[in-house]
Amino acid sequence: MRRRRFLQISGAGVAAVALPLRAQQLLPAHDLQPLIRGIAGAAEPMPGRIRIVLPQLAENGNSVPLEIRVDSPMTATDHVRSVHVFAERNPRPLVASFRFGPDAGRTQLTTRIRLAGSQRVVALAVLSDGSCWTDGAEVVVTSAACLDEMSL
Amino acid sequence: MSAGRLRVPARARRGEVIEIRLLLEHPMENGFRRDTLGRAVPKNIINTLVARYDGREILRAEFGTGIAANPYLAFFTRATASGEVVVSWVDDAGLAGEVRAPIEVG
Amino acid sequence: MIRAALLLLALCATLAGAQSPPPRSGLDFQGDDIRRLQEDDFANPAMLWVERGAALWREARGAAGKSCADCHGDAASSMRGVAARLPGWDRRLGRVVTLDARIQACATGEQRAAGFAPESRDHIGLLAYVSLQSRGMPQRVEVEGEARAVFERGRELFMTRVGQMNLACTHCHDLKWGRTLLTEKISQGQPTAWPAYRLDWQAAGSLERRLRACFVGVRAAMPDYRSDELTALQLYLARRAQGLALEAPGVRR
Repeated sequence: MRRRRFLQISGAGVAAVALPLRAQQLLPAHDLQPLIRGIAGAAEPMPGRIRIVLPQLAENGNSVPLEIRVDSPMTATDHVRSVHVFAERNPRPLVASFRFGPDAGRTQLTTRIRLAGSQRVVALAVLSDGSCWTDGAEVVVTSAACLDEMSL
Repeated sequence: MSAGRLRVPARARRGEVIEIRLLLEHPMENGFRRDTLGRAVPKNIINTLVARYDGREILRAEFGTGIAANPYLAFFTRATASGEVVVSWVDDAGLAGEVRAPIEVG
Repeated sequence: MIRAALLLLALCATLAGAQSPPPRSGLDFQGDDIRRLQEDDFANPAMLWVERGAALWREARGAAGKSCADCHGDAASSMRGVAARLPGWDRRLGRVVTLDARIQACATGEQRAAGFAPESRDHIGLLAYVSLQSRGMPQRVEVEGEARAVFERGRELFMTRVGQMNLACTHCHDLKWGRTLLTEKISQGQPTAWPAYRLDWQAAGSLERRLRACFVGVRAAMPDYRSDELTALQLYLARRAQGLALEAPGVRR
């Protein structure tokens, strides 16, 4: 009887700290248009050719695995010039830019990024013909369940 | 010199597409963290990274504060000639780093 | 004949009920990304600390001008099994030591050098490098004899409610492991992956750092680094993890 009461109390104490996902506030989103315009120029980004791979739920916003693949023959006349990654709700939305050499063979890269909170991550590829391609993915980022000394 | 590790296959056939993996030791301070006294820890990130091979630049990366601490990067290149893959980088404070690994192409 | 069979059945049932389930790695309660990262010896960020430790192993330090290698030779052979049997009673030092305390004793004693500041790059580097040499081996610590009192103290600490939230380690890690807290699965709180790279810290850190964070989690005062309480708790945790394979350096969220 007493043990059940202990568990009830400890459970309630823990639940009070946990926030339901719905109650989580999203950080404000930056307008990516000026940044994209600066990179794409006159070209209108079209969906396709580039694929962004991210987990749906990040284990921790400090380090989220990101993979980008661009469908390109990578020849002298038809190749990827650059790839750019944006996180619209990060304090600085431009995460990274990559420029490839002609012998890249495969335009695929993997890295780990920081996400300040749940948001959409957008990748942009600029090809040698000046065309621009884009893909995006939504990632849910939650706070750690238990606070740490870092939270003090 | 800041530290890092580089992995390339020791051997490859000419024309083969090979994977290059990189792990760099760097806190990538974004400038938003505060120390235990509440003072902002100054921004200091690796901002530029260049990979060279067979006399050419095979990748150039510009990192922002959204790249995770101890940056990991994996990318590809075509094996063209025996030589060294050299990756060098520099951070906001001007500290440079470099790692190199040989590859034999036959 | 039937009576004998029934007695045998009752005995088996009692034994089955008395056995606690085998300890489970914290990896069981992390996601796929963290599992893959830990199992990738190249990409595991904790390996950067291991590299530092490997270099430090060969560095001459202190007034004695000796490196670890000068006395201990190749770490892969001399340090094999050390992390698996620590914490433990050290006859020469006359107390229960953690691996960290044992390294400190060498640094300040044999090397006649400064000790390692807690959580410094050199401290975690050496801890990770030495712990790695026992990877895959089952945790097996001795808690009889001189270590008994410290073990009992550790168990007492594990079972005692602390902090504003008035919780003991046992409430989450014995009674609620596997259950979901926000979006995370509660682990059994096993020590075998430490030191580990914690994504939340963006750095590798020791078990002591993680245990101090647990105290913060329940809003309790943190025991000091290298305190008797943390030593006792680590001995209890190691015994509780008996048989579980060491996986340091691990990766955790």
